[in-house]
Amino acid sequence: MGILNKLDSKVEQFESGNIIITSADKLLNWARLSSMWQMSFGLACCAIEMMATAASHYDLDRFGIIPRPSPRQSDVIIISGTVTLKMATRVKKLYDQMPDPKYVLSMGSCSNCGGPYWEHGYHVLKGVDRIIPVDVYIPGCPPRPEALLEGLIHLQEKIRSQSIAKKVS
Amino acid sequence: MDISEILSILNSVFEKETIELKTDIPVEPFLIIAPSKINAISLFLRDEERLQFDFLSSLSGVDYDEENLAVVYNLYSFVHKHKLMIKVIVPKNEPNVKTVSNIWTTTDWHEREAYDLFGIVFEDHPDLRRILLPDDWEGYPLRKDYKVQEFYKGMKVRY
Ligand code: SF4
Repeated sequence: MGILNKLDSKVEQFESGNIIITSADKLLNWARLSSMWQMSFGLACCAIEMMATAASHYDLDRFGIIPRPSPRQSDVIIISGTVTLKMATRVKKLYDQMPDPKYVLSMGSCSNCGGPYWEHGYHVLKGVDRIIPVDVYIPGCPPRPEALLEGLIHLQEKIRSQSIAKKVS
Repeated sequence: MDISEILSILNSVFEKETIELKTDIPVEPFLIIAPSKINAISLFLRDEERLQFDFLSSLSGVDYDEENLAVVYNLYSFVHKHKLMIKVIVPKNEPNVKTVSNIWTTTDWHEREAYDLFGIVFEDHPDLRRILLPDDWEGYPLRKDYKVQEFYKGMKVRY
């Protein structure tokens, strides 16, 4: 039973009948982290590495990550490359168009902090976290596919620990 | 055909004051042409039987010195296999140059780029808008005295 192996020990299974009992958090998180659909969109040289990661050798599909052509269908946006100020306005718009829950992966030095353009790049946004909240930062120029995969796995772990319950303050 | 022969052909048609030859430099010699004459001379360079500069390899803007901007034209003739470099020098406070986009269509976007980054105004250009930067950008970034703006649409620009 594939599903039962992936949900953890708190899953209860009944002898007869197709009934599984688990917490809503566990089920939702499992569903979310197993199908992190990615906004199909790239910015600069890092995007080439992202495409390589999605291709057959590294195969993002096996994590349930497939590129979607519309922000309306996406869960994750990978900011893969240099965010120019001109593009930043579009990035913000795309992010705003994604339905909740949504996650942001900042891939590479450019999108983390401006990268090679930090000092003289009059046209570059020095870190995409100035306009949208970032969940995982991946260092590198560009990060290797393994690094991107690790970032995505970190994001999965982050989703696994989320809860739909609100803290009482 | 070398540059002095080209110059003598030009001098037989245009006034001498509008064209100047520079040879006392380490790089290849070039012609300096008056900003208002560049269009007429370019048309002649393209259409004259002995010259036939049918190809413009590149057009670039330059922050030339304290007071001046320049436009550099690199021409080539596929027919005669000779080339020519031309410069047009204009003052920073009035950087107006006649367009050559009606002669070599390639220069349409090249001139827009020089306008975008240096603020050189190409008179009679059919569509002189910024090409790379957003339309509401302030200033011309490749000028030496360019000051980076603090904010762009509420986003901090500096590190
Ligand atoms: S971090 Fe490096 S590889 Fe990535 S977009 Fe910037 S310059 Fe290109």
